[in-house]
Formats: sequence, structure tokens, C-alpha cells
Amino acid sequence: MKGACGAMLLREEVELLRNIPYFNRVDPCKLKLLAFASYRISYEPGDAIFMQGDFPEATFVLLSGNVRLTASSPCGRCETTHAEPNSMLGEMCLLSDQPRAMTATALTNVEALKIGRDCLLRLVSDNPRMSFEISRVLAETLRDRIGGVGKRFSQEAVL
Amino acid sequence: MERNLLRYIWKHTRRQQVFILAIVLLSMVPYFAAFDLPKQIINGPIQGSGFETADSTALFMEFTLAVPFTDLSWSFEGFELDRMSMLMALSGVFLFLVIVNGLFKFYINTYKGRLGERLLRRIRFELVDRVLRFPPSALKQAHGAEVSTMVKDEVEPFGGFTGDAFVQPVMLGGQAAAALFFIFLQNLALGMIAFVMVAIQVGIIPKMRRRLIDLGRQRQITARHLAGKVGEIVDGIDTIHTYDTSNYERADIAHRLGHIYKIRYELYQWKFLVKFVNNFLSQLTPFLFYSIGGYFALKGSLDVGQLVAVINAYKDLPGPLKELIDWDQSRQDVQVKYEQVLEQFEHGQLVDPSLHEVKPVTPAYAGTVLAAQNLTVIDGSGAKTLDNVTLKIERGETIAIIDNAGNGGESLAESFARIVWPASGRVSLGDTDLLELPEAVSGRKISYASADSYFFHGSLKDNLLYGLKHAPTTSVTYSGEEATHRSWEIREAELAGNCAFDLNADWIDRRSTSVLRGFDDDLKQSLMRALDAVQLTPDVMELALHSYLDPEENPALAGRIVEMRHSLRETLQAEGLSNIVAHFDPATYNPEATVAENLLFAATRISSSSDGDVTESEYLFEVLEVSGLYEMLYEMGLKIADDLVEIFADLPPEHPFFQQLDRVSAEDIAKYQQLLQRMQSRTGAAITEEEARSVVRLSLHYVEPRYRFGVLTQDIMDAVVAARDKFYANLPANLRDRIERYDPHRYMAAATLRENVLFGKLSHRVADAPAKIRKIAGEIMREKGLFESFIALGLSFEVGTGGRRLTLTQRHKLSLARALVRRSDFYIFNRALPGLDRRVQEEIVKAVIDFLKEQDNDPTVIWVLSNTSLSRLFHRVIVFDRGTVAEDGSFEALDRDSGIFRSLVA
Repeated sequence: MKGACGAMLLREEVELLRNIPYFNRVDPCKLKLLAFASYRISYEPGDAIFMQGDFPEATFVLLSGNVRLTASSPCGRCETTHAEPNSMLGEMCLLSDQPRAMTATALTNVEALKIGRDCLLRLVSDNPRMSFEISRVLAETLRDRIGGVGKRFSQEAVL
Repeated sequence: MERNLLRYIWKHTRRQQVFILAIVLLSMVPYFAAFDLPKQIINGPIQGSGFETADSTALFMEFTLAVPFTDLSWSFEGFELDRMSMLMALSGVFLFLVIVNGLFKFYINTYKGRLGERLLRRIRFELVDRVLRFPPSALKQAHGAEVSTMVKDEVEPFGGFTGDAFVQPVMLGGQAAAALFFIFLQNLALGMIAFVMVAIQVGIIPKMRRRLIDLGRQRQITARHLAGKVGEIVDGIDTIHTYDTSNYERADIAHRLGHIYKIRYELYQWKFLVKFVNNFLSQLTPFLFYSIGGYFALKGSLDVGQLVAVINAYKDLPGPLKELIDWDQSRQDVQVKYEQVLEQFEHGQLVDPSLHEVKPVTPAYAGTVLAAQNLTVIDGSGAKTLDNVTLKIERGETIAIIDNAGNGGESLAESFARIVWPASGRVSLGDTDLLELPEAVSGRKISYASADSYFFHGSLKDNLLYGLKHAPTTSVTYSGEEATHRSWEIREAELAGNCAFDLNADWIDRRSTSVLRGFDDDLKQSLMRALDAVQLTPDVMELALHSYLDPEENPALAGRIVEMRHSLRETLQAEGLSNIVAHFDPATYNPEATVAENLLFAATRISSSSDGDVTESEYLFEVLEVSGLYEMLYEMGLKIADDLVEIFADLPPEHPFFQQLDRVSAEDIAKYQQLLQRMQSRTGAAITEEEARSVVRLSLHYVEPRYRFGVLTQDIMDAVVAARDKFYANLPANLRDRIERYDPHRYMAAATLRENVLFGKLSHRVADAPAKIRKIAGEIMREKGLFESFIALGLSFEVGTGGRRLTLTQRHKLSLARALVRRSDFYIFNRALPGLDRRVQEEIVKAVIDFLKEQDNDPTVIWVLSNTSLSRLFHRVIVFDRGTVAEDGSFEALDRDSGIFRSLVA
């Protein structure tokens, strides 16, 4: 209860959103709308943010804290990666309408913005700039993968 | 039933009719005596005839009664009275007769009314009894609303007619005959004239009325169809709206009303024409007397005194005659109505009443095999849905029925449930035809549920237990006034040919619940287990949590819920989860609630649609002004408006993001934008009171963690908390009933059960807060033993007409659960769970079979499956193809050998 009022405000969230590649060229006014339309949610260490195989309903912008992402394949192999503040989680599954490819678990206290599926899609369709940014990030990810240069997951695009 | 209403009335009210006739005849004595008395009073004491001298006296009540042709006679010498005493005595007698006449009239009318009401009750009961005994096909075409308008409205006039059915014609006929007789006495020729005229009247008028009767019949049928149509509109209102056909329905109704109007108008025309002819004919007779009688009198062949006497005697004839003709009119009218009603209730094949006899204990019946022999079933269109099917179902089997093509499986299930009757062949239980078994056997040994089972108006619990209400299992002993009332009830029911079962008795057959271990809680366990099996328990819990509990009615439960509230809070604290809920605390501001909620700090209940939102009330604004909050909230509102305008100004009004704002629309945003612009331009345009309030309203609905504008300062929060008491100090009466202040130690009647338990607001910021709280609250509820009380609360939910307040899935589950609560030898489920998720279907089918197999009577389960893959859960599978049995065997055998089966299940 104490923290509720003293915590981050909308305008601070907007600043944080601007640091994310997808959004850094989007009109700040639109970002404020995005921030307003999304939910501020906090997680405790160990909370699952989403589970592999779930149908995606939202994407998350990590505002603070660390998140572990694990993907287990049917043959039992496990892949683990981490996401750090100012990164976006789970947007690719949301855009491609596929079940979650990974499970996201909070490692520390995590503050995140939960952006609803409809909300994000609407924003993308309203802003050509944004869809361009998404294509760009996607293309970069793909290029990284094909290039196989160690960096398989760029921080900003975690599949 | 009798074809003729008069005969029907005579059959059931014979004795009463004779009795009332006797009373009416008896009442004639004082009636005619009172006629003669005024003359006596005027002639005697007033005008003085018989009192010629001052001291002359007359005899009062002197009479001689002689029986003709015998020597028997009685006489009374009377009292000798003088003129004044005589006046008083005669006036006294007059008053006495008036009272006696009035009492007679009162008694006769009450008696006739009662007679009519009893007959009406009898007819209505008989009609509904017939509906209950109709063959199933008869009701498929019937219109519920039409049947009910017949039972309710169309038979109504019979009651009024019953009292007059025999008394009236006897009385009026007697009067008319007497009048005619007097005319004959005076003069034979004139008597003949009168007689001929009466004969013409009696002959012509009923003929003219034939058209009237015909119109009456049409009117009745069109009115009945109108009732049916109105019922249809109510039932189909959703379809009407979704297809925009309301104007088509309007046109239909207008057309029908026009038709009814036309019929009624024609009816009036005829009615008054007949009246005119009738009046004319009855006035024609005096015309004949005056002209012909007068002619002969002038000619001297008729004595003038005689003519005057005839004309005087004639005065008494038209009245009774007219009423007699009217009576005949109403007789024909009700007879036609009666025939019209009867036509709808006469079916060749009514179920024999002996099959419906009430049996508190299930009759012992040895049959354990359900069989179809050469069974053929024909549907409404005449197509065969089952064609010469023969099969046997033994006790204890679990059978899946699936259809390849056609509806053979459904038809078979319906035949087993006696919902359709075979066209040929038969269904038997043991050795007896199912249709010849008493329903006390077939309706208890076999339980049937399908997706379109009906639900009755009442609570969920009433509907779940409906299948157990076969007969009163206890008899209630009444005392005092109630006992008198009950014996009156029984007497009256018998007099009207109704059944006299006591509705207050316990109708629930506790010996045929599915869980039957001989404990007191068998019924409860059956209910709970059935709900669990069909996965309805969470729904019932949800209903309970949304319900309102009256703490005065149930103080113990309310107290325990308050206890639960405290334990929940403690547990949350202990588990370090106190941040999930922002509890209501009288001394602090609740950050997860709106400013208005914090100010009110109370549960509000909108009891009627006329009640506005409390936050819109004048009183609230007064409190804001007085406490100095108005200014603060105004300033805060401006900041909010500023932010909102910035965020939403460019969005088109239909943009989905506006849904994020509960109470603000695109129009409002535009208004706020203009307002802010005007203030900045400083043109001096004043802000109106209403505009200022709309700004304050923004603040009132502000929640900081949700909006995150950072405008809610500590000062404002403190001021709001401080203003709470001010708000309550002068609460106007109209608000007082609807507002119940939060008190951590009391149950709030104005809040739902959920709000009472939680007593706070879930945090906007904690992920999955609802799921977390549900888990912990669920544990505490069980720990405190409140689970069953909550379920009981949920079960008292009213399901509405046909269960319409429940969702379709809930209705399907409920229908299944209703069958599961009963103990039967055969359970037949006819596509009982359509439209459910496959996984849920499987879980429920499994749970149901497991649950039923726990019974010690080894019941048979027959399930017509829409999801064919579930057939692997059954021992035996029957596959229907175009109304015949294509395959019949175990799942494994069919899976191995049958092509059809494999193609169906794959």
C-alpha cells in the first residue's frame, strides 16, 4: 500500500518506453497513451510472468528487475536466457499469434508494464512508424541468427 | 368430458341447483308480500279505509289459509290495533320484509357465486389435468400461451353462468307463463295474439343470433391466437432484435388486432340489430292490443274493462321474456366457448389416470431389462427416425449410442424416456410395456436428461431436487387457525373435484437420493456430489459470492463470514501477501479505491433503476463544499483533464482505448479540451457550475495506481478521510437506506458476499491477484467449514423462467445434475452436453459414470454421445445408421472390426 502512490508515474514510464528500440521513434503522446492503456504490474521473485505453451494475451515491458526465460523442447533440452530492464518480453508470439515459446520467471522483484494484445495491435496499426520498427528488429534478429554470431538473442527481441 | 356445458353443470351441481331453486322459490313469498304491502299501508292506515271513525280498529296479521278440495284450513285471528298502531305495525312489517328480501338476495347471490367458482375451479383443474395426461405428440403443436389463455380466460364466463344455468330459465319461464296465463284469463282472443307474438319472438330471435354465435366463435379463436402470438414475441424477443424484425411483428399484431376489431364491430352491429328486432316485436303486441282491441271495443264487441285488464297484464310479459332470451343467448355463448375449449383438450389417447396415481413409496417392480421390440418411431414430418429396432439393455451396462446418419440414437433415448411414443413396436421395462407402467415406476426407475430439459421458476436447489418430488412424503400437522384453514382447503378441493395434496408437506423423496447410506446428510451429499460431477460447483460458488445475504435473517452465518474476513486478512499478512488487498480501514485512505469510494466509505446498493449514482447526488457536492474538498478536487481534476486530453485528444471517438476509461467518453474529452483552452486563453469566459462539477467528477473517480498521473497528494487523501464523518452526519433519508458504512466488524447487507469477505480492493498492480486471493480464501473457507453454507447460498439463486438467468452451459450441466441427484436403475443422457469443450466433456462423462457406479443398485448408463470419441469410456457401443442398428458390441470389438465405427470415431 505504501508503495502504491510513491511509485513510478505515467510520465516516468513514458521515458522508459522511449528507451526501447521499438518505441524510441514513436510520438511521445502516443507512448503516453500506450502507457496509460497498459497495466502496471509487480512480480515477486519466483512468480511466473507467462508459461511456455500459453496462448499470448499480452506483451510485457520490463521496467525494473531481472527475468529468466527458459524454453524446453520435447527432447528435454533446455535453453535459458535472461531479460533485463527496458526490454520487451513475448511480443513476437503475440504478433505471430503462436503459443508462448518460453516461460518467463521473475528472478528479483520485477516491475513491468503489461500491454494488452488488442492494445498493442491497435497501436501498431495506427503507427506505420512502429510497424516499421518491428520489421527492423525482426530483420536484425533474423540476420543475427543466420549469421550465427554468438549473439543469438538480441536483448530487445526475445522470441 | 360432457359435450354439453348445461349437462356438465347439471352433472356436477345437480343437488345444489335444486336446493338453490327451492330457496329462490321460498324467497318469492316475502318478495310478493312486500309488493302488496305498500298498497295496504296507503289504503289502510294512511288513507283511512277501514278506519272511518277515530276509535275504529282493524285486525293485524289476520289470515285464513284453506287447502282447496279438502276441509283443512288454518286461521289466525290477529291482533286488534288502532290506526296509528296499525301504521307502525305495517311499516315494521315492511322494514322486516325489506331486510328478509335483502338477506335472501345476499344468500342466493353468494350461493350462486360460490357454485360458479367451484365449477370454474373444477373445469380448470380438469383441463390442466388433461394437459398433464396428453400424449407427448399433442403438446408439440400446442402453444403454451394459447393453452393458458384457454384455461384462464376462456372458461371464465362458465363460472358466472353456472349459478343462473337452471334457476334463471325456471324462474323467468314461470313468470312469463304466468303473465301469459293471466292474459288468457282476461280474453282468449287477445291471449292468442300475445301467444303468437311470443312464439314469433322466441322463434326468430335465436335464429338471428346464429350469426352472432358464429362471430363469437371467431372472436374467441382470434383472441386465443393473439395470446399465442404475444407469448411468442416474448419468447423470441432475442431473435426479433437480432434480425431486426420488430416491425414485422408489429405489422402482424396490428393485422390481428384489425381482424379482431372487425369481428367485434360486426358482432356489435348484429347484437344491436337483434336487440332492435326484439324490442320491436315486444312493443308490437301492445300496438296490436291498442289497435285491434280498441277497434273491437269501439265496435262494442269487446268490453273496455277487459281490454284494460289485458293491457295491464301484458306489462309483466316482455321483461321476463327479454331476460329469458338473454339467458338463452348467454347459454349459447358459453356452450360455443365450451366446445371450442373442449376441442383442444379432447385427445383420443390420454394417459390413463391410474398411471398417475400418487405413490409415496416407489412400488416394487422386478423388471431389470429395458428393451425395444420392433420399435418404429415417426417424427413430426412423418419420417421414420427409428425403423424396426430390436435391442435389449441389461442392468449395469454402460452404453454409448452414436449416430452415423439420422437421429436414431436420440429417438431411442426419447422412447425410453416416454417423450415420444412408438408408431409401432414397443418399449418394455421387464415384461411390461413402458407406456402401461405407472409413472411411479417408469418415472423413477428411469432418469433422463437432455440438453433441452426444462427448468421451473424457482431456485437452483428447487430445480435440482425437482426429480425427487413425486409425492408428499410427510403429513404436516396443523394447529389452531391453520388447521381450520387446512380442513377448509381439503373440503373445498374435494367439492371441486381437485386433488387435496398438501403442498407444504415435504415432497422430497429422501429414500431415492443417489447417495444413500442411511445418514441424514444423504440428500446434501447427493446434491454436492452431483454438482461436482458436472463441474457446476465453481459456478454455484460464483453465484453465492455475488449474492446478497440478509444478516438479520441469518445472523450466525453473517457472523462467521465476518470472522472469515479477519482470518483472511491475518493469513495474507502471515504469508507476506498483504499487498494483494488494500483493506478498508476507517482511519486511512484506500489507494486502490476511487476518491469517491474513499469519501463514501460504504457499500451502496442500487435497489431500483430510479436510484441514481450516489456520486451524482447533490448531497455529495454539498459535503465537498463544506469540507473544503471541492477546491482541492477541482484543482486535481484540472490536472487529470490536462493529462487525459493530452492522451486522448487525437483519437477517433470509436477508438477501443476509450474503453480504458470507465466513465469518460470521447465527447467528454472534447468538452474538457475546450474547457482547458478557454481557461488558457483568459478571455474571461466564466466556468459554469456544471463544468466545474464535471471536473470535480474526474477526481472523484480517480484511482492513483490505475491512472498513475501522480495528482493525488497526501493532503487530499487526509482531507477525504477527515470528510467521511461529515458525509455521514447529515445523510438525507433517501440515501440512508442505500448506504451502509464500512465497518470491519459487521456484515454489510448492501454488499455482496465477495465484498464482505474481501473487505477491500484488490491491488491493480499485483499480477494474478484474483487467482492468488481465490486460492487463499478458498482454503480459509473450507477450514472454517463455510463451504457448504456458501454453496447453499449459491443454490438459492433464482434461475428465472426456463432457467434463462443461467448460461446455456450451466443449464446443460444443471439438467445432468438434476438426473444425478436421483437414484434410478437406468440413466439416459441424450446429447446432454453439447457445445462443451471436448476435454470438459470427457471429464464430466467420466465423473458421471464413476459417480453412478458407486450406487449399490448397479445402474445402467445409456449415453447418446455427440462426441463419438468418448465411446471408449463405455462397455458397449451401439451405432445407429438411418434409424437402424448398424453396429452393437464392445468398444474394442467395434474398433477392431467395424468400418463405420472407425470412421466415426477417427
